[in-house]
Amino acid sequence: MESEKILETVRMIADENLDVRTITMGISLLDCIDSDSTRACQKIYEKITTKAKNLVKVGEQIQEEYGIPIINKRVTVTPISLIAAASSDQDYLKYAKTLDKAAKACGINFIGGFSALVQNGYQKGDRILIKSLPQALAQTNLVCASVNVGSTKSGINMDAVKEMGQVVKDASKLDVMTNAKMVIFCNAVEDNPFMAGGFCGVSEPDTVINVGVSGPGVVKAALEKVKGQSMDVVAETIKKTAFKVTRMGQMVGSIASKRLGVPFGIVDLSLAPTPAVGDSVAQILEEIGLEQVGTHGTTAALAMLNDAVKKGGIMACSHVGGLSGAFIPVSEDAGMIDAVEAGTLNLSKLEAMTAVCSVGLDMIAIPGDTPAATISAMIADEAAIGMINNKTTAVRVIPVPGKDVGDHVEFGGLLGHAPIMPVNQASSAAMIQRGGIIPAPIHSFKN
Amino acid sequence: MKAVLTTVGQDQVGIIAGVSQYLAENKVNILDLSQTIMDGYFTMMMMVEVPDEGKEFSQIAQDLTALGTKLGVEIRIRNAEIYQAMHQL
Repeated sequence: MESEKILETVRMIADENLDVRTITMGISLLDCIDSDSTRACQKIYEKITTKAKNLVKVGEQIQEEYGIPIINKRVTVTPISLIAAASSDQDYLKYAKTLDKAAKACGINFIGGFSALVQNGYQKGDRILIKSLPQALAQTNLVCASVNVGSTKSGINMDAVKEMGQVVKDASKLDVMTNAKMVIFCNAVEDNPFMAGGFCGVSEPDTVINVGVSGPGVVKAALEKVKGQSMDVVAETIKKTAFKVTRMGQMVGSIASKRLGVPFGIVDLSLAPTPAVGDSVAQILEEIGLEQVGTHGTTAALAMLNDAVKKGGIMACSHVGGLSGAFIPVSEDAGMIDAVEAGTLNLSKLEAMTAVCSVGLDMIAIPGDTPAATISAMIADEAAIGMINNKTTAVRVIPVPGKDVGDHVEFGGLLGHAPIMPVNQASSAAMIQRGGIIPAPIHSFKN
Repeated sequence: MKAVLTTVGQDQVGIIAGVSQYLAENKVNILDLSQTIMDGYFTMMMMVEVPDEGKEFSQIAQDLTALGTKLGVEIRIRNAEIYQAMHQL
């Protein structure tokens, strides 16, 4: 093997923050359903702690042997609204606490799947789960929640949109961190290894290993070598880099799957930033030639980046899935934070960016007194972008009680910190009050 | 297990001696070796065979990192598969 290639890999890991962001084990809980919730929770605890018993150990082994950092080990489960619906419980706190306890027993970083899928209406379990969300998130540490309110196939459930605005608001009053652990989706995917929106869909196998790669720093470093060259060269460079990064994810996933005796699902080809210097998606866009992210041209650069990442990664692994693209969370990306603070990046531009990237309005702190209807309307806008463009979109906004534009909030760790961003002051309440369902778009009828 | 050992740092007397002495003591066989000065830095790459019995791989990796600190260079050992996975179809 050529020395240059060996050194390239060494450099990517040592200097450019290349890592495997997560090895996530999907565990189906369909066989844990029981009309007695105590019995169901026992089965859930036993299944998770049995299946994921060695997840952390194997992750650490791979990290040591291959010298590649594996940042998180996570578990996703079947949406709890489906599992708990058989019980007569009036809230699902008990289930959330069981997930939290199981996650702590396994030593994992997060567990996702306190979720409900209501894009076409509610079943009993959905209603109870959504009502339980604020307390469930406030009283647990590692549980992540998601609610899918829309899809290209079924339209947008505006009753759920309305309710989720209120849930976000109520949860924020209990604890500011609650909303960092909850995502509201349109077109949610069933094999997402990333948090907070990961859950294990009903069509997934009993257990499955999914891997999420990262590497914004590697892409930026590669682009530094093609300064001034045409966009074709930029796209080509990103593709080649994404290929290499994804190959590593594929390798780590197949080794983990073999050692754990669990089938390998997908690699999620995402560029997931962290607040660390040199691990920023915003800085890739700036390297392409924007003085600061958020200025004119940002959407075009991001669209190209997102597409090139997919093209490069798709041949590098056997199955691609999850969200696969560039993430643009504000608080988790040093470049995004700088741009918001400088006034270059605002909510409207972020919304435009979500039309061409892999997710949506992510980790955005807003004033604590933002009305619930305004939050609902933000969710509706994002869901509409997802529904019409046949893509996943999501909202993870964080109202911070007692804080206003100009203030800051600290989340810590991978979640970073964020300046409070201004929201539009004109009311959307009358539209949100209508409820009902926005019908599926015409291009969803393909049969 | 086949592994790649990389040593990068300021050139000085005794780097190769130090590394190969440690490898010999731990029955790690050197299969291939290349060495060059790149951007002013001493850069050495070794393909080695780590025996399945004997010291744990993680222990060897830790020992080598410590040896690197002593010699003033950065020493890393990784399962060779990672390089093949990333650069070869």
